[in-house]
Amino acid sequence: MRAYWWKILAILLLAYTLVAGLLMDVPRLPILNETIRALYFHVTMWFGMIILLIIAVIYAVKFLKSGDLKQDDISVECTNGAILFGVLGIVTGSLWARFTWGGFWTNDPKLNGAAIGLLMYFAYLVLRNSIPDIYQRARISAVYSIFAFAVFIPLIFILPRLTDSLHPGSGGNPGFNAYDLDSNLRKVFYPAILGWALLGAWIASLRVRYRRLARQFEEKLINQ
Amino acid sequence: MWKEVLLLIRKEALLEWRQKYALNGILLYVVSAVFITYLSFGMGQGSLAVTTWNALFWIILLFSAINAVAKSFIQEHQGRLLYYYMIASPEAIILSKVVYNTFLTLFLSLLGFLVFGIIMGNPVQDIWLFLLNLLLGAIGFSACLTMVSSIASKAGNNGTLMAILSFPILIPILLMAIRISKNSIDGLDLSVSLDKLITLLAIDAIVVAVGFILFPYLWKS
Repeated sequence: MRAYWWKILAILLLAYTLVAGLLMDVPRLPILNETIRALYFHVTMWFGMIILLIIAVIYAVKFLKSGDLKQDDISVECTNGAILFGVLGIVTGSLWARFTWGGFWTNDPKLNGAAIGLLMYFAYLVLRNSIPDIYQRARISAVYSIFAFAVFIPLIFILPRLTDSLHPGSGGNPGFNAYDLDSNLRKVFYPAILGWALLGAWIASLRVRYRRLARQFEEKLINQ
Repeated sequence: MWKEVLLLIRKEALLEWRQKYALNGILLYVVSAVFITYLSFGMGQGSLAVTTWNALFWIILLFSAINAVAKSFIQEHQGRLLYYYMIASPEAIILSKVVYNTFLTLFLSLLGFLVFGIIMGNPVQDIWLFLLNLLLGAIGFSACLTMVSSIASKAGNNGTLMAILSFPILIPILLMAIRISKNSIDGLDLSVSLDKLITLLAIDAIVVAVGFILFPYLWKS
């Protein structure tokens, strides 16, 4: 119970997100209409991605300081989880855009920023696979991951603010606060963020354990 | 430290001067790229729209900068790297490479600007802002590319890796530079581009600082 309470919490929160997110009352707004429910499934993906990337960078720094491969495992798998969330975020956002802005892809700085961010992290995966030696692979990919994160943050948080965007809160559009995020939306939105982030951490932790077992097994095979 | 950096910069310049083919190659690369765009856009008849001029200029600059800076680590011999490792501190090496590559990129961009101006006409109205922007862009490009080139040189498979690692990282710098350069072409007041200039400067500072901190870890391996 002590070790896995947060997994139960994740299941409960996500069940609540699904049920309440699809059934509860939402403010009725022009253009958005019922699609505002996508808030719980699209915006939360980006929160999940950023949270996982922050964990990945923290463990990348820890790895560079200690040289312990266990920390590299966590860093890699959090990045993988973040990529999963990023792809889902792009897909859900694309669907939402189709029904509100009229096209699957619009020339919006946030969309482009997100796509470029994903390119960065796909390049990270290619870089990892191109280095055969495990210690060198861990060290170089940790360096790249920190470097990419340092560029990724201005890309998605600062640049979109300097140009017009269709997203709420920039380019003269009202932020979501103006759309009554106070009562109904918030009640599902915040638990949804936590729920998705916990699910991401769960997936990452499973894959970290798998990775460590695989390495132990490999070492046993080599040493026998 | 500073003496070491100056010495290393001098060494880079001297090496470049001794093997002139690399430098001449990259200069020729810029000129022929400009000429190819000139011919393929069929601009004998009319002049180019300003946005297209701007985008073409920066794309050519991007590719020549990647080609110019890529060799800073990739073309060094393994033995020579080991020698540097013994005699110089990693901080001095990264600083000297970044400074040297900044000069190289700046030189390339000025040459590109000159050739562009002669062949395709020069629409720039606010020349000082344009040059300042070139300088900031060159710093950002060279800091990013030096770092990426040192990463790519560790990973063996160089050409492709250099491109896929550097393109997405360069995009924030490229976007900012293109916007400022558009403003300077249109001759807008400095106050319009001031916030973008500051953002570009901040991104440059982040990239240089992160590269400076991270490089020693790459160097050790």
